[in-house]
Amino acid sequence: MAYNLKQECCKPERFVGGHRLCAGCGAGVAVRGVLRALKEEDKSVSGVATSCLEVSSCLFPYTAWQDSFIHSAFENVAATISGAEASYNALKKKGKIDDTYKFIAFAGDGGTYDIGFQALSGAMERGHDMVYVCYDNEAYMNTGIQRSSATPKFAEVATAPVGEVVPGKMQHKKDLTEVLVAHNIPYVAQTTFLTNFKDMHEKAEKAIYTKGPAFLNVLAPCPRGWRYPPEDLMEICKLAVDTCVWPLYEVVEGEWKLTYEPKKKLPIEDYLKLQGRFNHMFAPGAEWMIQELQAFVDKKWDKLLKKCK
Amino acid sequence: MGIRERLSGNEAVATALRQINPDVIAAYPITPSTEVVHYFSQYVADGKVDTEFVAVESEHSAMSACIGAAAAGVRTATVTSACGLALMWELLYVASGTRLPLTLLVINRALSGPININNDHSDSMGARDSGWIQIYSENNQEAYDNYIMSLRIGEHKNVRLPVMVCQDGFITSHAVENIELLEDDKVKQFVGTYDPEWSMLSGKPTSVGPYDTPMFYFEHQYQRARAMVDAKNVILDVFKEYGALTGREYGLFEEYKMEDAERAIVVLNSSAGTAKYTCDRLREKGEKVGVIKLRVFRPFPLEELAKALSHVKAVAVMDKADSFSGIGGPVFTDVRHACYELEKRPHIINYIYGLGGRDVREEDFQLVYAALDEVIKSGKTGEIYRHVGVRGV
Repeated sequence: MAYNLKQECCKPERFVGGHRLCAGCGAGVAVRGVLRALKEEDKSVSGVATSCLEVSSCLFPYTAWQDSFIHSAFENVAATISGAEASYNALKKKGKIDDTYKFIAFAGDGGTYDIGFQALSGAMERGHDMVYVCYDNEAYMNTGIQRSSATPKFAEVATAPVGEVVPGKMQHKKDLTEVLVAHNIPYVAQTTFLTNFKDMHEKAEKAIYTKGPAFLNVLAPCPRGWRYPPEDLMEICKLAVDTCVWPLYEVVEGEWKLTYEPKKKLPIEDYLKLQGRFNHMFAPGAEWMIQELQAFVDKKWDKLLKKCK
Repeated sequence: MGIRERLSGNEAVATALRQINPDVIAAYPITPSTEVVHYFSQYVADGKVDTEFVAVESEHSAMSACIGAAAAGVRTATVTSACGLALMWELLYVASGTRLPLTLLVINRALSGPININNDHSDSMGARDSGWIQIYSENNQEAYDNYIMSLRIGEHKNVRLPVMVCQDGFITSHAVENIELLEDDKVKQFVGTYDPEWSMLSGKPTSVGPYDTPMFYFEHQYQRARAMVDAKNVILDVFKEYGALTGREYGLFEEYKMEDAERAIVVLNSSAGTAKYTCDRLREKGEKVGVIKLRVFRPFPLEELAKALSHVKAVAVMDKADSFSGIGGPVFTDVRHACYELEKRPHIINYIYGLGGRDVREEDFQLVYAALDEVIKSGKTGEIYRHVGVRGV
């Protein structure tokens, strides 16, 4: 059946309003969008790493999660969910459970690219039937906007501030999606919020209903860290895709497929200028930074196109 | 009436695991506990258990997976030693704070650094304040029995706390001794089926591990602390029931020749055997000496221990771990604290001994008993923080 946003939105919500995430935050949008891809009759267990998402959505005695939920620590959501999945298999084997449960881990980029990377890699290699969703907002936002290995070069963050001699973060972003592709798992995809959410919905559906481990990397901007007005969330995501800073693609059983090709590839300035974290790149004499970042994006995009041919 | 066998401590607890057949085991290899994982993997490969065995990539993930599994409503266990336990540290508190009654076999080994793979208690002693029940085992038989009993203790509705069952790395884990096993069906019957009050897979959505604000956190901590206090009676009940089944009834600690003892040694795990042997030799010479072997360290048997030491003139508490507090080891500070309310307090000194696999000999305990004799004769406690078996002291 063809994707229809209106119809999808008629399903009962699994992540409801009333949580305490900021207006214009991508985390809640990502969770709501991914969980919408669950079949109505299926149940789920979501694990969440310590993060803004966790401390804003499940505060004793309230929760925004309509399905089962677990948080145990920062760096271990993949391992925690793999244990829950093992329990499900044990109960299924013994005929003690009839319902179908799906297992989804959510973590920010800090909890995924950095401190949670070992647990993620281990869980993917072991082949648990689970989806790991990274909501990538490119820094440690929960602790006050510090650099992670997902922070792009030149972005200003609290532990890589713009100073007299250092212009923000000095290293390029780690390409974690490609690292996950190298795990040879059945499904890996990169997505974000675009127009009617078709791209994210279809990828989430494939990730959830592909047997075995799947990884979904969702660019999920943060208005505090990126310094944009809340209403610009969707516009920033669109520009991330149209400038090829965040290409949309999936790798199904090792086959690379571009899922969106911009009609006209836009210059990265269009994306950068909406965000306060890149302000210093537009000062006189800073043109080299934009040039360097553009060259980096172009090179990666060309490589990706070759892989997707 | 039981099955007579010859097993190492590791094989004994692996056998208990096979008989219990937990739903999920997540474990990672580390010396000297690795053997348990080997034995268990073979049970899985041979279809002797139907456990989901999750061969995780670290001990941190082992404990994390156990937490996820236990929160999903099944019986869950793991095994580790030393640095592996240290890597689990963060999650030990999460497991007890979430009130998940999983079990952990600790094969005691020294913590790094420098690295040392031999036995002492620095691993589990460091975890003594993590909200886990801790039971120590002198030999393979006790390790086996303690482990079977631990499930009934942790899973009891008045407790709901995780349990560590400890034994000495290599000394008992790798030494083969006689043992009496229970029949498989008797073990299964004793541990029963696990029927948790809540589960993430119960069909009813369940949230585990929420953000706990200052409005609620303290109450939850109080409940955990209360559960540890309440665990004592449950432990005694389970010990009694197991005693009726096997003829081996254990206490919170074992009193050895303590009735008329004037000097006592308090010790736990395998060195208790050497202490008792030394005690026997001195008794032959008419010396009034005894041994208390602590079995349950958390919850700490404060009143019971004070009573047991109330008639003693001098006590030496043996610690196979230093707490680097400058005032003695962890067992010492608790035992000395227990005796504070006694009308006639004994002299109490501490000996740090056997660190990193240093051999513990009869001569060491002779020296300790002699030192207690000296304390009694002089009437002065003297230095309380002492060492035995270390060069240059």
